[in-house]
Formats: sequence, structure tokens, C-alpha cells
Amino acid sequence: MPVLDTHLDTRSEVFLKNRTDMLEMIEEMNQLGAEAARGGGDEAVARLRARGKLPIRERISHVLDRDSPFLEISALAAWRSSYTVGSGFVMGVGVIENVECVILGHDPSVRAGAFNPFNAKKLMRGLEIARVNRLPYVQFVESAGGDLSGDRSEDPEAAIRREVDHFAESGRLFYEISELSKLRIPTISVVFGSSTAGGAYQPGMSDYTILIQNQSQVFLGGPPLVKMATGEDADVESLGGADMHATASGLGDYLARDEMDAIRMCREVVGHLNWRKRGPEPAADFAPPIHDPEGLLGLVSRDLRQPFDVREVIARIVDGSRFEEFKPLYGPTLVCGWATLHGYPVGVLGNNGALFSESAEKAAQFIQLCNQIDTPLLFLHNITGFIVGTDFEQGGITKNGSKMINAVSNSTVPHISIILGASYGAGNYGMSGRAFGPRFTFIWPTAKIAVMGPKQMAGVMSIVGRASAERRGQAFDEAADAKRAAHVEHWAEERSKGLYATSRVSDDGMIDPRDTRTVIAMALSACFSNDVKGAKEFGTWRM
Amino acid sequence: MADVIERRAIHRLLVANRGEIARRVFRTAREMGIATVAVHSEGDADAPFVRDADQAVALGGRTSAESYLDIGKIIDACRRSGADAVHPGYGFLSENAGFAQAVLDAGLIWVGPSPAVIAKMGDKLSAKAVMAEAGVPTLPAIELKKRTDVRQAARKIGYPVLVKASAGGGGRGMRVVAEEADLEAAIDSARREARGAFGDDTVFLEKWLDRARHVEVQILGDQHGSLVHCFERECSIQRRHQKIIEEAPSPAVDAALRNAMCEAALSAARVLGYASAGTVEFLVSGGEFWFLEVNARLQVEHPVTEAIIGRDLVREQIRIAEGEPLSFRQSDLAINGWAIEARLCAEDPSAGFLPSPGALVAWRPSPVGGARFDSGVEPGAVVSPDFDAMIAKVIVHAATRREAASRLARSLETTEIQGLVTNRDFLVACLRHEAFLSGDTTTDFIARCAPATRRRPDPGEIKRAVIAATLEGQVRRRAAARVLRSLPSGWRHTTTPDEQIQFMLDGITVAVSYRMDRSNVFRIEVDGETHAARIRARDGEGLEVDIDGVRERFRIRARDASWFVHSRLGDLELVERPRFPPPQSEAETGRLTAPMPGVVFAISVASGDQVTKGQVLMVLEAMKMEHRIVAPHDGRITELKVAVGDQVTNGQLLLQIET
Repeated sequence: MPVLDTHLDTRSEVFLKNRTDMLEMIEEMNQLGAEAARGGGDEAVARLRARGKLPIRERISHVLDRDSPFLEISALAAWRSSYTVGSGFVMGVGVIENVECVILGHDPSVRAGAFNPFNAKKLMRGLEIARVNRLPYVQFVESAGGDLSGDRSEDPEAAIRREVDHFAESGRLFYEISELSKLRIPTISVVFGSSTAGGAYQPGMSDYTILIQNQSQVFLGGPPLVKMATGEDADVESLGGADMHATASGLGDYLARDEMDAIRMCREVVGHLNWRKRGPEPAADFAPPIHDPEGLLGLVSRDLRQPFDVREVIARIVDGSRFEEFKPLYGPTLVCGWATLHGYPVGVLGNNGALFSESAEKAAQFIQLCNQIDTPLLFLHNITGFIVGTDFEQGGITKNGSKMINAVSNSTVPHISIILGASYGAGNYGMSGRAFGPRFTFIWPTAKIAVMGPKQMAGVMSIVGRASAERRGQAFDEAADAKRAAHVEHWAEERSKGLYATSRVSDDGMIDPRDTRTVIAMALSACFSNDVKGAKEFGTWRM
Repeated sequence: MADVIERRAIHRLLVANRGEIARRVFRTAREMGIATVAVHSEGDADAPFVRDADQAVALGGRTSAESYLDIGKIIDACRRSGADAVHPGYGFLSENAGFAQAVLDAGLIWVGPSPAVIAKMGDKLSAKAVMAEAGVPTLPAIELKKRTDVRQAARKIGYPVLVKASAGGGGRGMRVVAEEADLEAAIDSARREARGAFGDDTVFLEKWLDRARHVEVQILGDQHGSLVHCFERECSIQRRHQKIIEEAPSPAVDAALRNAMCEAALSAARVLGYASAGTVEFLVSGGEFWFLEVNARLQVEHPVTEAIIGRDLVREQIRIAEGEPLSFRQSDLAINGWAIEARLCAEDPSAGFLPSPGALVAWRPSPVGGARFDSGVEPGAVVSPDFDAMIAKVIVHAATRREAASRLARSLETTEIQGLVTNRDFLVACLRHEAFLSGDTTTDFIARCAPATRRRPDPGEIKRAVIAATLEGQVRRRAAARVLRSLPSGWRHTTTPDEQIQFMLDGITVAVSYRMDRSNVFRIEVDGETHAARIRARDGEGLEVDIDGVRERFRIRARDASWFVHSRLGDLELVERPRFPPPQSEAETGRLTAPMPGVVFAISVASGDQVTKGQVLMVLEAMKMEHRIVAPHDGRITELKVAVGDQVTNGQLLLQIET
């Protein structure tokens, strides 16, 4: 396999400027990450420790195999919302007793582990990762339940009007825990605190439950609800204490003395699962990339209109910088080819410009080829969209784009998406955007995800407005249009930013570009816990 | 002596011994083109000396009596292996006239003095009589027969007196008695030990000199009547009457004294018609000397003599046995430089030099100091409670005494010995003690100077060892990982707690937290201070680490929870604390366990007995020494788990006391 060359001038002004910007963005990301890790703050953590309890990140660290890697998912969820950064919840893929597991849990220092829309989304994503990749599911349960307080800053009527969610649609989490078990994916609950009402079904639906003496409390209704419902004055321990569940109700399978004892038991349970990954082992002998990953810092400009060669990225993430390019002379705006990454085979699709008919057709063929040989796909996004214009429409760009999207939609090998820069419109779909079910999606700090570029959106709105005014024979208010355009551009710009996307749990997290290779390796390893089998059938190809 | 000496070349030599001395003899035999045969007990089947030999014959049996002391079995081994000669080494049957005779009767060559000489010298009392007749000065001594009034005898000699086994050797069956009240107990105990060790409980009393030196003269005689001395050795540094540091020449012997002693030794040898290697031991005090005994065999400490005269004594022994003349004359011999030997033993100097048998996790003689290592062990070897606890003899030959002492200390210090408690630190402390360096070495040196029994590593060394062990552990865990093994160690891309680990050293906990950064540098916090460490190289057990810009090599081994860290500063054992609390530990009170492996020698209580604190409950015998198990507190024996004669392992429950 040929070794990719590099043309990156790491001393050029452009590179250095990009690098400075990137490091600034990484710093911002890390600052927010540190804020998330502080949870409910020093005081809340101190109160926790005083009760012999550990913050969630420490609990997770203790359960993981020493020196093993941990891939945290959506660490910056709920940034720029009324909830704490990180959403008071930690979720990720880690190794327990040599088994890759999904591990998640509420942070008891943040509003006593109450649910909010962000951490609920993270929890559901954790279940999905466990299910699609066939990873044992370990949940550290400690939650005050739903946050009943609501957002008090808002007019209640406005809040009611804004709501689209309804209780009637809730409870899917319990369904999915149960579904994992049906799929013979083990589910383990360690209850570190209270697990009340619906939350009681978190351990209830699990294959294994570990409760902690004088600490875990599991009941459908706590003493106040019992009082309201039946008038009984119940004491907490006999209502739902760990001892009671271990000796009387049978809900507790293991009774731990304290948190560390519970964590030890959790490791023992995973240790006895007799777990075998389904996918083939990666090749053992591979070389790191020959080109320094530090180069990734200066590749992408903050101004996404500045192009870069995606091969420079490939050269810094694949084994030995080796890449066998497919059809390099046809549809050159999409780079396709084969490589290995930490010994795993991978088919890479990377954007080098807008998608044309040729590049879309090439993609459809390449995706089919990878499905034929059970090879996972890696999408490296930097895509402003499919090319538009009369000639291209007449040339069948929509039809050919549909082929690419058909291939992406029905492909059954694992997809991993890394958004380096732009990921706009149907380009995002063609490159296996979040809605197309890639196994994992990570974004660089430079990523922007939207229907189109903010300037384009503002311009489109302006043109449409002007046309509408003309039709009605009205004078076009230029000043109002400028104001509206600025507003739209700001709104679109802010919402397209990578940080915003990641805060909405619409990807699996923002990463330092230098971590790209490692992140993909962990993702691939997780994918190979399940069967890696290509599709035999696709939808109808529009010819 | 026959007029015509029969010359018979040895083709196949059986060594009726074990451990380092067997290997030592094999080495010379190999150099002389002689095939070698080892014999071994059950426990020694895989010992290095067995593998060293061309052939090995299993004697069966666990104890000395069942193996290395069984004459019939050894003669049979000669027959089965086709050996034509026997070298007895030292100890065991080396001074057993009956064995020498049995070897000769079987038509084999005996590498040693004649049975008659051995018999004469084996009994220390008769040896003294022979020497006194030959005009060699002796100390007053009285044999303790059945009807001897021991108190009167002791008074006649004058306290302090030494109770000594007539058949003894190696310090066994010896007791110093300072006052009458202790006399009978000492005699009983010496008799018991002598009976166990030599099968003969004859003891006698001898005058004990407090600040004397032990100086001995090496002699060699051939069957043609040639006799030479190889100068003196001083072996005054002793514990439990056993030598631990020996040197040649003696710092206390001047030319005149040397001349007198060597002449006395030669006249003793002449009287005996001595034809082999032997040693005449003297006590020296204030320029005077007295005969102690003749060792009709090769001595443990013979290498220091070999070093200063540049000759191989085993080679001479073999040649003499073959009927060859000595390969040198007296005038060929001169003292060249100074040699010191230290006996490295599995014993605990802080616990009265109690033997501490067990498995040797690591053993790597130091290349520093250029020492000669005569050892019977290899890594993984088990120092058995059934035999002597010596691991190795370490010998340095240098131009001066000070240089020899300093190089020997450094050799010992930089030798990797892990998994066992040894006297290494103590030997180093002796060798560096001002009294030793100034030659102020008398037999009471250890009691008088009390050298440190254990080295105290400084905080910097501990810290570096902790960092090295942490990194090594990390490497091993990564290598053993069954998934994601190729990923960076402990990789994180978000803010998470560092990896944490705790070690124990001498009861103190050292907390470590660490993480590897993007450039493979570990940020390691030890006791609140952060260090930057990077692994430079790693091969086998060797780990080269750069810690805060200083590069150093470590050798690290792990066994159970222990990390054995070796650096040029010495060895440390760090015990990793368990990551999680153990599953429900049971109550451990009132359980008395065996402090070391051994045999239950006596039990003085029965189940249900009421006992008081300090009462002797049981006696264990291990490594030929008695260990008393005493009640730690008042109470009642609720359970007796062993019986007399039982073999017990280290930590085995012996009995239970309820308060």
C-alpha cells in the first residue's frame, strides 16, 4: 500500500495562524471540559465525600481496568443551556476486566442526579451504543428522578406552549434496558443512592443489581409519596434499603459494604460474563502514521471557505500513513480508499470539495465495495453540499446524490463520522451524518453543521423576501432586510457551531484533532464487539 | 605411609554434598577434564548444582539424615554412576571417618585426609591432646562425662566457659556460659543440638576468651610427604559462633606471629601425617595463640586463601588424592594483596539472625566490584529450611584491605537479591564499620559494634523506586490487556481523575497518581510532588527511566502484591496495596502461626489448657535451630492444629488461643 506524501508547510503563515486558532478552540473546549468535571462544584463534592461517597468520575475511574483507555461521550452536553455543562451525567466506553462496556451514571453532585433533557438524551445514546455495538451495559444509578422544579425563570404559560414532549412518550429507557437483555447484552446496575419511582426500574430491569448497605434506596414511591398515596408512615430503610432488598425483596443480587466494595463487585460480575467479541481481531503488527499528528492543528482554517487536502488528514491518522486510493482520477472532490487503523481495516471517504455527480457515483460504488468485504467506513466531513446549478441538475446531481444516500442508508458495515470542517445540507446526509446512524460521530473544534452556511442562509432569506415583496408589488425595506439578515446570520452561525452541536448531543463529542486516530481506534474496537457484516441488499438505485 | 605411592587418575568425581560447594568442586573438576556426578535429596532435584553436574543421582529423602548423611545411599550412587572418586565438600560427611573408610572399601578414591586422621581430629578433645603433645599451645578443656560434676569443672576452668560439641562444626552445639546458673541448660541444649546435627552428644567445656580473634592456617600435604602452609585467614566476625566475614591475611598477624602460627600448624600436620587440604584453627589474643581444632577438610572460606596465593585448592586436593605431588613448594607461595569473603545468608539480622528460608524472587550477582560469587542458587531457587541458609559466598581480592572491603561492600550492595530477608545490609554495614576498617576485629565484633542490621533508603531513592514500579506495572498491565492494547496507556480525551495506586514500604503508605501525556511523558505525583518520567528502554526485567531529567536503570520483578525494585543503590520491596477492600476478612485474633517452615519438635500444651502470656507452647525446629512459640497473651488453648513431627509451612496455623 502506497505511503501518502505530505505537502503541509508547518512553517507557513497560514498554518501557524490556523494552529493558533485551533489551540485557542481546544483550550476553550478543555476549559468547558474541566468545568463539566467539577460537577456541582467543590462544596457539593465535599458534601458528597463527607458521606463516604465519590463523585461519578471517580466511581468510573475505579471500575475501569487500570491504564485502559476511556472514550467519554458528549462531555460538553448542555453547554449554553440552563443546565450545568456536562448535564450532570457521565457516559462513555471503557474497559472493565478486559471487556469493553458502556458505562454511565448521574453525577450526584449536580442537582442530586436529577434527570434533564440533556442527560436523558445522553442516557438513551448510551443504550444505543451498547445495543448497536453489542457492549455490556453498566449503569451507576443515583438519581433524584425527574427535575420537577422546571425552569422558574420562564412564564409558565410560555413553557407550556413551548413543550412538545409528553409523559405518555416516556419510559423508553426501561424498554431499551430490557431489550439489551433480550439481545443477550448483559446489563448491570450498581445503585449508589436513591433510585426512585420510574428510576427503580433501572435496577429492576437489569440482569444484575449491586446495592450498597445503608446507602442504596430503591422504591417505587418514597416516604412522601407513600404518605400521599396510602397514609402509611414508612421508614426509608424498610421501604427500600439495600439490606431489605438483599434479604427480603430479592431485588438486590449483591450487597456491598461501601462504594469501593460495590465497584469491586461490579468488576467481578463483568469478569464472569465469559464475554467474546464477535468481530475479527485487528492485525497485530502495524505502524503509527509517519506524519506527525501535530500537523492536524494547522490544517483547517476558522474560515471554512479555505480548502485543505483531506489526504493530509488521512496521512496523519492511518497506519503507516498508507492509503490505497480508489478511482483517484474520477470524481476527485471525494477521496475514497482503503487503509488500516490500529490494525482494523477501514474504507475512507473524505471530501475535497463539493459533491459532483461523479463523486457521488464513486461514493455509491465504494460503499458497496466495502460492504462486499465487510469493511467499516470512515467519513471525514468537510462538505458544503452537493453542487447546484442548471447544468448539474440536468446532469442528474439529485439522482446521483440519491444513489450515494441510498448506499449510505442501507450500508450495514459500521460507519464512523469525523466532522473536520463544514458538514452542510445533504452533504451531511451523504457523508453519513448523525441521522444516518453512524456508530460514532466526533467533531473537530472547527466543525460547523447546518443546512447551509450562515451567510448563504441569510442571503437566501433576503432573496426570497425581495421576490415576495416584488410579487405583492410592495417596496422592499432594505433596512429591515439588513437587520433580519444579520439576525438570521447570527442565529444560524451560533447554531451551526461545533460547540453548539456537541452541546445538543447531536454527536458523540468534540475532540482534539491530535486524538482523532485514537478516538477512531476505540470506536472501531467497539464496533468489532458486534458482527461486522456488509449489506447484501440496497434500495432501488435510480438509474 | 606406603613407600610407593600409587598414582590413580580420577575420571569421574562424585561430590557428596550440595549447593555452592558442590558447584565449586564441579568447576575445578571440569577444568581438569574430570566428569562430575551430583547426588541430591528430593527437595534438591531441580537445584542448580544438580544441573551443573554431568550426571545426578537421586538419594531420596527430605532431611540430611535421609540423604546427604546416608553413607549407604552415597556409596550406592557411586556404583550406579560409575564414579571412581568422592569429594565430600564441607559439612555433612566431610569429617566422618566411617564414610571415608566406606569410600576406600568400595575401591574408590577419597578426596581428603585418611580416615585415621579424620577420626583423630574429629574428636576435638583427642585432637587437643595430640596437639599439646606436639607442643602446640592449647586452652584448658574438660570433657563432660556422665558422672562429671559440671559445676566443678566449669569453676576449675573459670567463667566464661564455652560448652562445645566434641563432634561439632559450623558453630553448632556451642554455648557460651557466663555464670553458673545458666550452665546446665546450656549443656542440655548443646547436647540436643549436637545429637541432631552430628549424631553424637559428647560435649566438653573450654575456656572462653572474650576479645580474641579466630585465626586459622591453611595447610596442604601430599602423599609424598610434602607439606606447605598457605598462610593464615582471620574469621573473627561471627554470629551464633558461625563465621560471616573472613579474610586473608589477618590484620592482626605480623610476620613473627605468622611464622610461629604457620610453623605450629605445620608441626601439627606433620604429627598427623596429613595428606590433603586442611585447616588448623587458633584463637589469638594479645600476640598469643592457642590451638582450637583441625578441620580435616576444605573450609567454606578457602577462596580468600586461593585469592592471595593465586592457587586452586580444590585442584590440589584432587591431585593429592590421585597420588600426584603438590604442584608448588612453600617457597613458591607469597601473599599477594588482600582478600575478603562475606557469607550471604537467608537470615534476619534484626531478629537474632533467625534463618528466613523462602523463594528467591531475584538473584543477580553484581558485576560492580569484580567479586567472585560462589553460590548454589539461581533465581526462583528456594532456600530450604532443611539445610544451611547460605545463599552465596562473595569474595573480593584487591591490593589493599580497605579497597577489598569497599569493593566487597559495593558488590553486595549492588547485587540483586529479592524475595528473601538476608544479612546483606548487615554485611555491608560490617564492612564499612570503622572498627572493621581499622582491623579491630575480635569475635565479639558484632555485639561490640552493633552494625546496622538494615539499610535505611533515603526518601529520594524510595520515590524513584516507586516511580519505576509504577511505570513497570503500567507497562505490564498494558501488555496483558486483551482489548485495546495498542492504545496509549490510560488514554483520556476529557477531564478525568488520574490513575491511582498505593505502595507500602516498611509500614508507610506512599500514594501515587499518574497519567501519560500526548508525548508519552508520565506526570507522576508522589506524596504531593509531581515528577516527569519517561521510559527510555525496557528489556526483560530491566527498565531504563528518565525521572526529572536523570536517567537510571532499574530491574523490577513482581510477585503477588510485591514489587521488587533493584537499582544501583540496592534493593527495595514495595508492596502494592489492593485496589479494592478485600471481600470480608475473617477475624485474626488468637491465631498462632508458624514464623517459618520447619518441623514441630515439641508441644508442651494440650487443647483446653490454660496458658499465661510468655509461656512456651511449642518448639519448632527449622534450619537446625530451635524456635519457641510462646503465648502472646493469657488464654485457653481452643485448638491444637499440629502434632510432634509435623512439617509446617510458613504461616501455617499451629494453634488457637482464646482469651
